Amino acid sequence: MIYDALIAPFIEFEFMRRALAAVVALSLGAAPIGVFLMLRRMSLVGDAMAHAILPGAAVGFLLSGLNLFAMTAGGLIAGFAVALLAGLVARTTDLKEDASLATFYLASLALGVTIVSVKGTNIDLLHVLFGNILAMDDQTLLVVAFNATLTLIVLAVIYRPLVIESVDPLFLRTVSRAGALAHLTFLALVVVNLVNGFQALGTLLAVGLMILPAGTARFWSRELTGMISIAVASAIISGYAGLVLSFQTRIPSGPAIILVSAGLYVVSILFGNVRGVVRQLFPAPHLEA
Amino acid sequence: MQAWRGLLVALAVSLGVSPAHAQTRLNVVASFSILGDFVKNVGGDRVAVTTLVGPDGDVHVYTPTPADVRKIADAKLLVINGFGLEGWLPRLLQAAGNRASIVTVTSGITPLKAGSDADPHAWQSVANAGKYVANIRDALIAADPPDADFFRQNAQAYLAKLDALDGEVRQALSRIPEGHRRVISTHDAFGYFVARYGIQFIAPVGVSTEAEPSARDIAKIIAQVKAERIPAVFLERIGDPRLMQRISAETGARIGGTLYSDALTGEKGDAPTYIDMVRHNITTLTSALAN
Repeated sequence: MIYDALIAPFIEFEFMRRALAAVVALSLGAAPIGVFLMLRRMSLVGDAMAHAILPGAAVGFLLSGLNLFAMTAGGLIAGFAVALLAGLVARTTDLKEDASLATFYLASLALGVTIVSVKGTNIDLLHVLFGNILAMDDQTLLVVAFNATLTLIVLAVIYRPLVIESVDPLFLRTVSRAGALAHLTFLALVVVNLVNGFQALGTLLAVGLMILPAGTARFWSRELTGMISIAVASAIISGYAGLVLSFQTRIPSGPAIILVSAGLYVVSILFGNVRGVVRQLFPAPHLEA
Repeated sequence: MQAWRGLLVALAVSLGVSPAHAQTRLNVVASFSILGDFVKNVGGDRVAVTTLVGPDGDVHVYTPTPADVRKIADAKLLVINGFGLEGWLPRLLQAAGNRASIVTVTSGITPLKAGSDADPHAWQSVANAGKYVANIRDALIAADPPDADFFRQNAQAYLAKLDALDGEVRQALSRIPEGHRRVISTHDAFGYFVARYGIQFIAPVGVSTEAEPSARDIAKIIAQVKAERIPAVFLERIGDPRLMQRISAETGARIGGTLYSDALTGEKGDAPTYIDMVRHNITTLTSALAN
């Protein structure tokens, strides 16, 4: 019975195994990034980025038609441009990162819509460009796995300056010049993860598995390593449970995974260790020596 | 001053408002490319046809533009499919302050049901296409009575071609063994085709291209393809091709070519006209299902 519900789908169907592998890889890369985004108060960057990549994808489409590779490459370039420009403006002027990103992504979106309309067709590029977790071919799986690997390695390299930069940028600026580099590298990482995530899995999943697990983790740990581990674990659990849910109930897979993730988040708000609602109402008694 | 006058004349000509022009050609707007093709065949050079959703466009998820509002404002006759296909149209008509008369080409056709709604893709049966053409003919005659005979002749010639096409489709399909006439396609736009020609289409997604499949939907299809030994899987023009490839990889069913359902292609594509589209589809189907 339990075997039928939880394990049989993955044994019987290869597409379920592939979906699970993809969601695990995505969790490993995206969840840690989400934690840093949350710390830097940039949690909405994912949604902004989904629109910012449009002009690049549109140029790719103009040059080579409905070619996924060209469109993804264009999207990456546009995403980089927007993220880097927004990052530079935020670092060199008084405008904060969120505002500066918002301005660039809106301009970018308008440019994208214009380019598509010049071509004279009404194909919904974002619709074409965004994939589905149930349709993992070898190439897409490799891209997702490569992403996760790259993300973890680069995060390991820039971890120290990035942490300090996220917590106390002024201090870092006085002792080192690595802050700007770490920041821009991090933004590049965000773009790579999002664009490839969109292409492989769809917008909802790529952004959702980045942000929601990070929010969940905030209620269970005060320190960064703990937060990252919990975020990854909660993303993987959501992915697995969401796939099972989608298999048993006919809810589309992307929304199912995100709904499970949101459920974990709500539970964490209520019962979380760190300033969860219940904990605040009924504080644990102090231990006495 | 002289230059200004020249410019104004040029502008007037380019907008098509010169009186001689307006008298000879009837402005007709069709909601999407297949209807535009029908209107061209009946109206010949007496009508100027524009389509709102052009070749390769997806009429289900279409967003109208200001240029469309202007096309409608200039039109004498508006040709639409009906059966809920052009969900975006009512608001557009209001915005355009529409004065054109509207012909719904599916009038007189009994809709098939897709869930609780009518399945709009009636043109996939060539017999229905004949009714479309007859409706368009009558509407053109009503809008432009002096050219009635011209329209009648064109329609008659075109209807004869459609008749022949209908026979062609039946004949081609009759060569496929009966148990073999089953395929899977990404989008069930072929309900009327199925009903008329007796070939079974099984679709992974609902009637609209917007629906996203669940894991259970995909699993059911895979199980069904395996159990019933369905020979071919078809990618449709619009939709995620990787989903079909996955199903094919998991079942061993052959991936057929592209079937066109909702839109014609550009001039250089496989299906620039309705007749080309049906021929292309039937060749693709028979070659995937043969042997």
